[in-house]
Parts: sequence; structure tokens; C-alpha cells
Amino acid sequence: MMNDQSLAIRKFSDLANPTRFLGLAERLLPWFSGLTALLFVVGLYLCFTTQGDYQQGETVRIMYIHVPAAWLSMMCYTVMALSALGTLVWRHPLADVSARAAAPIGACFTLLALVTGSLWGKPMWGTWWVWDARLTSVFVLFLMYLGLIALNRAMDDPGKAAKVSAILILVGFVNIPIIKFSVEWWNTLHQPASVMRLDGPKIDPEFLWPLLVMALAFSMLFFTLHIAAMRNEIWRRRVTSMRRQAARNLGMEGRKA
Amino acid sequence: MIALFLRDLKLSVRAGGGALIGVLFFMTVVAVIPFGVGPDLNLLSRIGPAILWIGALLACLLGLDRLFQAEREDGSLDVMLMQETPLVLSVLVKCLAHWTASGLPLVIASPLLGLFMNMNEVAIGATMLTLLVGTPAITFIGAVGAAVAVALPRGGLLVSILVLPLAIPVLIFGVSAAYAAVEDPAPFLPPFLILIAITLFFAVIGPLAAAAALRSSSD
Repeated sequence: MMNDQSLAIRKFSDLANPTRFLGLAERLLPWFSGLTALLFVVGLYLCFTTQGDYQQGETVRIMYIHVPAAWLSMMCYTVMALSALGTLVWRHPLADVSARAAAPIGACFTLLALVTGSLWGKPMWGTWWVWDARLTSVFVLFLMYLGLIALNRAMDDPGKAAKVSAILILVGFVNIPIIKFSVEWWNTLHQPASVMRLDGPKIDPEFLWPLLVMALAFSMLFFTLHIAAMRNEIWRRRVTSMRRQAARNLGMEGRKA
Repeated sequence: MIALFLRDLKLSVRAGGGALIGVLFFMTVVAVIPFGVGPDLNLLSRIGPAILWIGALLACLLGLDRLFQAEREDGSLDVMLMQETPLVLSVLVKCLAHWTASGLPLVIASPLLGLFMNMNEVAIGATMLTLLVGTPAITFIGAVGAAVAVALPRGGLLVSILVLPLAIPVLIFGVSAAYAAVEDPAPFLPPFLILIAITLFFAVIGPLAAAAALRSSSD
């Protein structure tokens, strides 16, 4: 009974206790994954039953994967930037776990957006890749994700890696608008925007509904994966510290003997 | 501060500093390009400003990983951390010294390489001017990467990977300003002013972030 009360979560800062977080994750994860699966079933059903575009035919269905993935790739970086703020400003112990766990997920969504965009571009524009402003900035975002993951992997002390990569995440977050703006400038300077006009045909409710449901499904998928990855990261750190403790104990015994 | 500037400058110019290697690298990269794209002089003069910019960008990245590492190894970084002068200022001065030792020679060498690329006087002048204004930004961005990777034993390659995506705006506006000076319809001033703005912006962000990273990796 007392244990229950001490592990109750009242404020956001109470989540700083990893055990509380693990308890919450345990309760939330089944619900989240169930909701994700449900949304995906509905979304995919809608995707495949609605009509294709009269110009693009069946390939328009790629949009239902591509656009949510692109949205998520940006949202994931925002989550990482917020976590980085949490690490640097409030020194929330779970913030760096969150940033670290989000990076590979974000990289996966970005890659998915790039690959599906490429697959969509081949039948529509006749080429796999165009140095379009939007494509290029997503590609740069992908490179930044990979750089952050590489930095995180290269450091063995999680505490130090957390602060340092939080700084880099924030610098990158400040930089993303600049990169986006400059890439748009660069592209319009070299070739007038002719290839990709997503806003050309006003989006029809026929396409909008599956898109929204899929976006929701992707967001839920992100949250599910994120919480699961955070849980794994906490467990991994516990195992590491337990191993160190065991090794230390072993060393002490060896010295005594 | 001036003492720190001179000290860094001397260290990087003297043997083993590796500042002049950057210029050598720059020349080698530019010299290799014609073998790749062919000796067509018209083509070379057309892509010349872009080649010079890319060469300079890569050469700027070369010495960056040593910006704080040598100090960390011999302990003078800890002295800087304990100083009364704010760390941000020390980092700023170190960046300026690094740029003077490795960025400025690139700017001075660029007209010569421009001649190799069959560029006319206006293009050479414009490229030199944009390099003069733009390369400090690369140093400031690079300082963040160098500070982040300072504790890593082999951070050199990682610094380049981290810094290059962030340096894309500098490259875009540097090259477009250089082209705008040559091609008639495009105005020169807007991209040039934006390039200056980017440099000033990173002159603030870079040292701040680098100082924060150094402080957190030192304890």
C-alpha cells in the first residue's frame, strides 16, 4: 500500500524516477500498441478502398505512407529538441533517455519518407531523385539524425553523451529553418519550381480521411516505439551498472582472498 | 585575450601545427577536379566558383578536430575553464585564431586557383570576397562539432560528419553570391548580405554552444 503511494505520479517531474516511469510504461504500452494496431487496420483499409487519383492512378496510395512518415520525421526531431531542453535546463534524468531513444526512430521515419518518395517519384516524375527543395532538406535531416546517432554511439559514458548531444540537437534545431530556407533559395535560383507541386490539385476529402487516420496511426506508432525504446534504454543502463557492480564485488573478494 | 590569440596563431603556423596543410589540401582538391570532369575550359570556368567553395569547405574541416583537443591533452583547457574571463570569449578568440591560421590562407590562395579554373577577374574577386566572409561561419559551426567530440579519441571524421550538414546554408549562399556577380540578371547583394548574416549568427551561436559542450565534457 505504501509502495503504491510512493510510486504514484502526480507531477511531470515525478517521472524522474525511472521505476515510476517503468510502471507507467508497463500500463500504457498495451493500450498504445492496441490503439496503434486498430488505427493501422482502419487506415490501411481506407487507403486501399478509396478511389485512386484520376491522373496518378493507384500510385497515389503511396501518399498515405509517405506524407505521415515525412511529418513524423519532423515531429521526432521536435521531440528530441524538447528532450534536449529537458536535459540542459531541468536536468531531467529521463530526458536524455528520451532523446537517445528517439534518434533511431526518427532516422527510420525519415528513411521511410525518402524511400517512399523515391518510389512515388519514379512513376510520377520519371526519376528516382530530384534535387527539389523539400527532398533535399529531408535528406539533410536524415544526415543529421545519422550524425547524432553516431555521436551517441561513440561515447561510452551516457551522462556525458547526453549533455553533449543535447547541445548538438539544439544547434541543429536552430539550424533546420535556416537550412530549409536556404535550400529553397538555392533551388529557385537554379531551376524554377516546376516538378513538384503538391498543392496543385486541392486535396479532396476522399484522400484527406485516409491520410489523417494514417497520420494518427503513425503518431501512435511513434509514441509506442518511443516508450518501448525508452524502457529498453533504462533496462540497458541498469544491466550495465549491475554488471559493473558485480565486477567490482568480484574484484573486492579477489583482493580479500 | 590577445596573448591567447597570438599563442594559438603561433602554435598553428609553426611546424606540426598543420595550418598550411589545409592550403595544400585545398590546392590538391582543386587540382584533381579537372581530371574528373575533363579539361574543357568553358566548363571549368562555369563550375569554378563552386569548385573553389567546396574545396575551401573541405579544407576548413581538416584541422577542426584539433581545435580543442591539443588543449585538452596538455591541460590548458582546464586553465581556460577556471579563468575569470568567460569561456565563451576564450572560445571566440580561439575560433578567430584558427580562422586566421587556416581560413585566411585559403582566401589568399583562391585567386591563384581561380586562374587555374579559367575564371575571369570578376568571378575571382567575387569568390574571394564570399570566401572571406563565409569561411568564418564554417569555423564557428565547426567549433561546436570540435567541442562536442573533444573527449573522443578519434573524433576527426565524426566532426566532419556532424558539421557538414550544418554548413550547407553557408555553401549555398556563398556559391550563389559568387555566381550572382558573374551572371547578369541575378542580384549580388541579397545572397551576400544573407551570407554575412549567417556568419554573424553563428559567431554568437557557435561559441556559446561550444563553451557549453566543453564545460559539460570536462567534469
